[in-house]
Amino acid sequence: MNWGLVGSYVPFFVAAAQVTLYISFGGIVLALLVGLLCAVVRLWKVPVLEQLVGAYIEISRNTPSLVQLFFLYFGLPKLGILLSQEACAIICLGFLGGSYMAEAFRAALEAVPAVQHESAQVLGLTRAQAMRHVILPIAMKQATPSVVANVVFLVKESSVVSGIALADLMYVAKDIIGNNYDTLEALFLLVVFYAIILIPVCLLGTYVERRFTNGR
Amino acid sequence: MGAEFLFQGATIERLLGGLLVTMRISLFSVAFSIPLGIVMGVLFTRKNRVLHVILSFYLNFIRVMPQLVLLFLVFFGSATSIGINFSGEVASVIAFTLWGTAELGDLVRAAIEATPRQQYWSAYVLGLSRRQTFRHVILPQALRSMIPPCVNLITRIVKTTSLCMLIGVVEVVRVGQQIIDFNRFEYPYAALWTYAVLGLLYFAVCWPLSRLARWLEANNSLRRRHRERH
Amino acid sequence: MNATENHAANANERPVLELRNITKRFGSNTVLDGVDIAVNTGEVVVLLGPSGCGKSTLLRCVVGLEDLDGGEVLLDGEVISGAARSQEARTRMGMVFQSYDLFPNLSVLDNITLAPTLVRGTPKAEAEQRAVKLLERVGLADKANDLPSTLSGGQQQRVAICRALAMDPEILLLDEVTAALDPEMVHEVLQVVLELADDGLTMLIVTHEMSFARAIADRVILLDSGNIAEEGDASFFEQPKTERARQFLSTFEFHRAGR
Repeated sequence: MNWGLVGSYVPFFVAAAQVTLYISFGGIVLALLVGLLCAVVRLWKVPVLEQLVGAYIEISRNTPSLVQLFFLYFGLPKLGILLSQEACAIICLGFLGGSYMAEAFRAALEAVPAVQHESAQVLGLTRAQAMRHVILPIAMKQATPSVVANVVFLVKESSVVSGIALADLMYVAKDIIGNNYDTLEALFLLVVFYAIILIPVCLLGTYVERRFTNGR
Repeated sequence: MGAEFLFQGATIERLLGGLLVTMRISLFSVAFSIPLGIVMGVLFTRKNRVLHVILSFYLNFIRVMPQLVLLFLVFFGSATSIGINFSGEVASVIAFTLWGTAELGDLVRAAIEATPRQQYWSAYVLGLSRRQTFRHVILPQALRSMIPPCVNLITRIVKTTSLCMLIGVVEVVRVGQQIIDFNRFEYPYAALWTYAVLGLLYFAVCWPLSRLARWLEANNSLRRRHRERH
Repeated sequence: MNATENHAANANERPVLELRNITKRFGSNTVLDGVDIAVNTGEVVVLLGPSGCGKSTLLRCVVGLEDLDGGEVLLDGEVISGAARSQEARTRMGMVFQSYDLFPNLSVLDNITLAPTLVRGTPKAEAEQRAVKLLERVGLADKANDLPSTLSGGQQQRVAICRALAMDPEILLLDEVTAALDPEMVHEVLQVVLELADDGLTMLIVTHEMSFARAIADRVILLDSGNIAEEGDASFFEQPKTERARQFLSTFEFHRAGR
């Protein structure tokens, strides 16, 4: 391995890491919103919406993210829906992650004991109030470990956006391998940068998980 | 709607041919991962410090790295570092086997560790040796509880094979791209339709598998609850 | 049944099981503080005592699930504690646990034949024949091919007793075998144990069922904070000798003030 080369490529990877982080962050926020919405729709069994959410979750979970991304980026423009690469990438991650977050929230919401719903009802809270002040706070805590696991998953999945030529870590590595043949250096930096981003999140996940299980 | 190209020439056959490559990669990866995962899980439960450190590192490395990075490491890294040029398909099977082995290994470990201590006690007072206990009591129980996550892993591997096109494997997504390129001028909607069909193909494979995993999971926990009640 | 024949053959008064000065500590907590017990052939000894007095720990020490901090366990006059216990030595004692702990992956029949075939090398057909006989004795012959999870707790516990008996143990240890059962299932299990006693099986029993203890015990031992507080025959229940025993027995009675 040529360490001088490694050093000279670092700035490219720093820039690429920003793209990875930016896309991941956007995707995660979107996924959380979508997930929460879907979970509440399923919990309240809102007619029609519930079936739609069900279909969405099955599609999202049973098709590859790369195909979802290509459909969005190459397919939709034919219908006149033109999106930037970044928007496509974020929507794609949100679409993919939304179903995973929804499952995490749904499991947590269902784990809230029925007596909590009943107590809130007896106290005269409306369903929305009960959800906002009683049920969600309990469920959120419960959902944290799965949510963190999904965050790790989404950051990793963001690597597919290199498929639509977004200059993330994956893309830069591929570029250096393809154009300069500095394969080892590029792969080394690729691993190091993903490790730097993901190890802290993983550690956080382990910490949350442990605190959660001890707290019970 | 401009989807006629799908039914012209050999489009469908070509897509199914691509799907065959996808399935081949998945099945080989899973077939290698299961025995290797069992071995890894069993080794993981041994109280050997060195072994534990090595396996933990391996597991966590695989966990942290995106599958695409693993693909790149095997495909590009092997040629440069050990001088072997794997074909894209072989590299894919290796990368997914590395991944599947780690995931299954951890599942086997967890399942073995979750076996109630009383099972060991019962076997002990009946006079079973440690090896007999493991072979006839602990391992069969661990493996049974692994079936649903195993089916889940297959689904994940099938979905992830779509990444193989990024290292030049002509699997179903790549075939789809070729079809789009070929029909680009005659059928402007080719991309829309083809990716929709690709999604549908994957869905047709993965959805039944997910349902199966969920059903097995529900069945398992039902049986578990039944046991606990008595 | 083989156990009975054994007893007829060597009905001398040498104890089958002898515990000498058994000591067990968990950290700084002494759970068993030099306990001496001898169980003779064909005798049924019941261990009583409040929760946490060390009864279960004592049984676990006897079968070798816990290492001893002092003292020794003798089987037929031969020391078996100390070094790691051989498979052969383990099979000479049977033990049934509170939570029955059948192997959930094996059918009822396979649960019973597993140890004879693996440890003794008994041919499968022979082991199955014996297993069916044992199941008939406890009234579960029709369940032979079922999985444990489909059985009730009482049925599972009866299978667990068969599983232990399949190895023809010289002594059977029962550790609160009805504690995890619904009240209506307790009787069916204890009835089986009583029949075993009638057949002359040597047993060391830990239980909280007082009427059962009274019916089955040849000898009663009251264990209290790691020591034997009182030892005696069935008259223990009517005329306890020590204050500690009176106190213990009174916890099973109910009185309403003003009557």
